[in-house]
Amino acid sequence: MTVADALLLALGAVAVGSGALVVTSAHLVRAGLYLVVSLGAMAGLFLVLGAELVAWVQVLVYVGAVVVLLLFAVMLTRAPIGPSRDLDRPAWPALIIGGGVGLGLAVLFVAAFRWTVFALPEPGTAERMGAEIFGSWVLPFEVLSILLLSALVGAIILSRPDIGAAEENKQEEDA
Amino acid sequence: MHAAIPYVTAALLFGLGVYGVLRRRNAVLVLMAVELMLNAVNLILVTTDATLPGHRGGASALFVIVLAAAEVGVGLAIVLQYYRLRAGVVVDDVTLHEPENENEHENENAR
Repeated sequence: MTVADALLLALGAVAVGSGALVVTSAHLVRAGLYLVVSLGAMAGLFLVLGAELVAWVQVLVYVGAVVVLLLFAVMLTRAPIGPSRDLDRPAWPALIIGGGVGLGLAVLFVAAFRWTVFALPEPGTAERMGAEIFGSWVLPFEVLSILLLSALVGAIILSRPDIGAAEENKQEEDA
Repeated sequence: MHAAIPYVTAALLFGLGVYGVLRRRNAVLVLMAVELMLNAVNLILVTTDATLPGHRGGASALFVIVLAAAEVGVGLAIVLQYYRLRAGVVVDDVTLHEPENENEHENENAR
């Protein structure tokens, strides 16, 4: 049991524990805040595993942007401050399927890797990641930029009904 | 480093995400559970860097993060638009086909 193992175990326990609170908490805002803890622990796991750039991007994009967006949505949909009842469906089907998937995958991984020891990879710098992305992954990178642009345009059109309606009317007039 | 530790962590987190998607009725909470699942996959990709030669996993993890950001942006736009139209965020109450709307469409087409 090395230091890395102990760190991985501790951070993993934090991530799984707060993840469980995300899906069971009756407070909407608390679920979002537990998500911050879970994603932060996950960024720590990335750091231990040597993926430094991924860890910081995780903190910037997930903790900084996605969770804030989710909390915005919680507040814009007028969630109650206290615990809200009627938030959940009956537990049994979800418990069976979710537990089955989680435990099944865990057993699969344990059976595949046993207790094999791997050397920790060198801490990755942004230089290595940049060489990887702009070396062999250039085309997916460019496609991703188009996808981001279309997601941006789609979100704007969705949230402004006047644009979409005007387009529809125009098309009908043309027809 | 024992590779089983991060892999099992990721598997458990993915199971929690599946549980959350199936259990929750609030659309925003469903999106949070989806984020958990995406993050579990990221953890697997990053751990792959340690167990396989090469550094593909980190680059793929970055791509997944970008996809997740785009997904959450569009998803929340849909949720907020639905809330503006129907004043509700309960997934069970969403009806995909509404006869009155279809009639409206037919009327518009007739005009």
